[in-house]
Amino acid sequence: MFRSKASSLSKLIPSMFGQSHLAYKFIHPVIASHGHRCHRSVIYKQRYRTLQLRRRTISTRTKVMSEGELPAVLILDIGGTHGVLEDLAELLKKHFHLITMKEFLGNKEEMRKKIQSVFVFECRPTIDRELLESLPNLKIIANSGVGVDHLDLKMISSFGVKVTNTPHAVADPTADIGMALMLASARRLVEGCHIAVSPDTKHFAVDWLGVEVTRATLGIIGMGSIGYKVAQRARAFNMRILYHNRNRRRKEEEEAVGAHYCAKMEDLLQQSDFVMLVVNLTPETHKLIGKKELGLMKPTATLINISRGAVIDQDALVEALQNKVIRAAALDVTYPEPLPRDHPLLNLNNVIITPHIGTATVQAIRMMAEEAIANMLAVLNGQPIPSEVFPK
Amino acid sequence: MESQELPYVLVDSIGGRLGVYEDHLGFLKKRFHLITMKEYLENKTFLSKKIRAIYVWYHKPAINEELLQSLPNLKVVASAGVGIDHLDLKLLSSYGVKVSNTPFIVSTDTADMAMALLLASSRRLVEGHEMAVSPDTEYFPVDWLGAEVSGATLGILGMGKIGYKVAERAKAFEMKILYHNRNQRKKEEESAVGAVYCKKIDDLLQQSDFVILAVNLTPQTHKLIGKRELELMKPTATLINISRGLIVDQDALVEALQNKVIKAAALDVAYPEPLPRDHPLLKLKNVIITPHIGSATKKTRWAMMEEMAESIQAGLEGLPIPREVLP
Repeated sequence: MFRSKASSLSKLIPSMFGQSHLAYKFIHPVIASHGHRCHRSVIYKQRYRTLQLRRRTISTRTKVMSEGELPAVLILDIGGTHGVLEDLAELLKKHFHLITMKEFLGNKEEMRKKIQSVFVFECRPTIDRELLESLPNLKIIANSGVGVDHLDLKMISSFGVKVTNTPHAVADPTADIGMALMLASARRLVEGCHIAVSPDTKHFAVDWLGVEVTRATLGIIGMGSIGYKVAQRARAFNMRILYHNRNRRRKEEEEAVGAHYCAKMEDLLQQSDFVMLVVNLTPETHKLIGKKELGLMKPTATLINISRGAVIDQDALVEALQNKVIRAAALDVTYPEPLPRDHPLLNLNNVIITPHIGTATVQAIRMMAEEAIANMLAVLNGQPIPSEVFPK
Repeated sequence: MESQELPYVLVDSIGGRLGVYEDHLGFLKKRFHLITMKEYLENKTFLSKKIRAIYVWYHKPAINEELLQSLPNLKVVASAGVGIDHLDLKLLSSYGVKVSNTPFIVSTDTADMAMALLLASSRRLVEGHEMAVSPDTEYFPVDWLGAEVSGATLGILGMGKIGYKVAERAKAFEMKILYHNRNQRKKEEESAVGAVYCKKIDDLLQQSDFVILAVNLTPQTHKLIGKRELELMKPTATLINISRGLIVDQDALVEALQNKVIKAAALDVAYPEPLPRDHPLLKLKNVIITPHIGSATKKTRWAMMEEMAESIQAGLEGLPIPREVLP
């Protein structure tokens, strides 16, 4: 089924060895540059166009280390609560010598010069000045996932270290979660499940209703790769699609999904039945949705967040939900994660919260690792880097 | 009084959790004189000759021979929704009573519900929500994973109006679509959604990651999915039912889920509804059940009511009945 997606990457990485004539026939992926990532502090440069398979084939030439020694990559841990998953560790070990934080701290003098890369998985290990100062040969920090708001890009850059992310692996599963949350919220799926299994349920009320998704208006704030894939899916539900982005998409792209550009976010907020946040977190998008924005939304509207918790003023959201300023919210992300157990958002029955599972699929986790591997190999071999992230 | 000239229509009840919606009354009362079952039973002698139509709102009132015998002037029964397995069409026909349903209006909402269940099941949405709000949660585990929808294979059993709309939606998720139907659809229809016909249901079952049941309930589809069919499915597959509970052999389903013969099930329908509170399906972690809400949206229910009113009016005026169901 989707083996073709995941395995195409892993097949290409080792197979590129020795096939120098193929190096630049495989084209490097386009970094999503159509606006939503172009907030001032993070600029993704468009590098090379993708001609290859629509499944985002990434390839690099790999050179085997001349000494027969694999480059060393620092990770937090393998397994355990926050460590890299065992399967992914096996994948990484094909190309790298993995050093856990514990091993590093236990033998700093020997390890520090070896480490050329850090693989950041689920935001760990934390990259601070102290760590950067102790790794003189560090070349790249490869993040698993697309969001890099947990990394101080300026500081890292000042050490001459590159940062990469995995924009391609995250797009489909995150768009899917956005759709899942929109549908679940509209049709009151979680509430419905509770009724269906509750010991108190004697019959199903016929006046228990949700709201329609088909032919409703979806407003997408942030129309990068993920936002665009959301639009593609929503179109099949005959939704009317509005979008807001710093830059307008090309006409053909708009027409392909039937999306209408709203230069002013206010216009989108006022007309939408569902508002979906698909921006990255930057100083400009911090608290993008506050009391004012919530007040502009329809009282029958639903807010869906698949970006970062801090894009919403959470206190304002609680108030809006309690006072029925908007109908409901569905959040895959909050700030912090998890929320404190006494947080009001946990008790509102018009809120669905999921534990940041936008890319939590077997396939996506693997693809993110493969994308990170391709980035690391590219940097270490001096090749064009598939998805580098630059500070402002 | 004006209302005495309006046709008398029997309903089960008004308001409350099971009755005709209060906010539909304005529309209906302009056209009909509504009589509740309670009012009818209290004044049978007078009302039985007056009642010319029955407005069946979510399977109520139940129509049996006794009722038909006591309503000599009954002409039309309008039923809410598309399923008519709760009506004895032959019996009604023998009394010269015509039947209508609301087949088209429910199709988009029901297709949306199918997609909602598919996504929720695959991404473990209900479990995830429970973890996110549970008082015991201290952190979100990194090895907590679901399965991808985009690019997976969907098998649609029953490619009528609803099944086809499911296919339209699934295509946008780049799903590979297989379908089984009594009759193969036209080539253009298949190409439009990229659906591949499986003449044998077994082929569909063996290849699908998600199996959606979108058939109507008839003697032929009763227990269409039993032990044999469940065993043909992949152990990683999910069964989604938006048809009728009786299409699935529920005991076989429980066993299959307990023994991990299939991965999960997501059911908007069961038999009976609600299930008994001690039924094993209510306790299985890999099952999502919703309370038959396939068409439960304000807009659709309003549209259904309008359609039913239209069918009744046409029938009482001797005109062809829109959405008539023939026995």
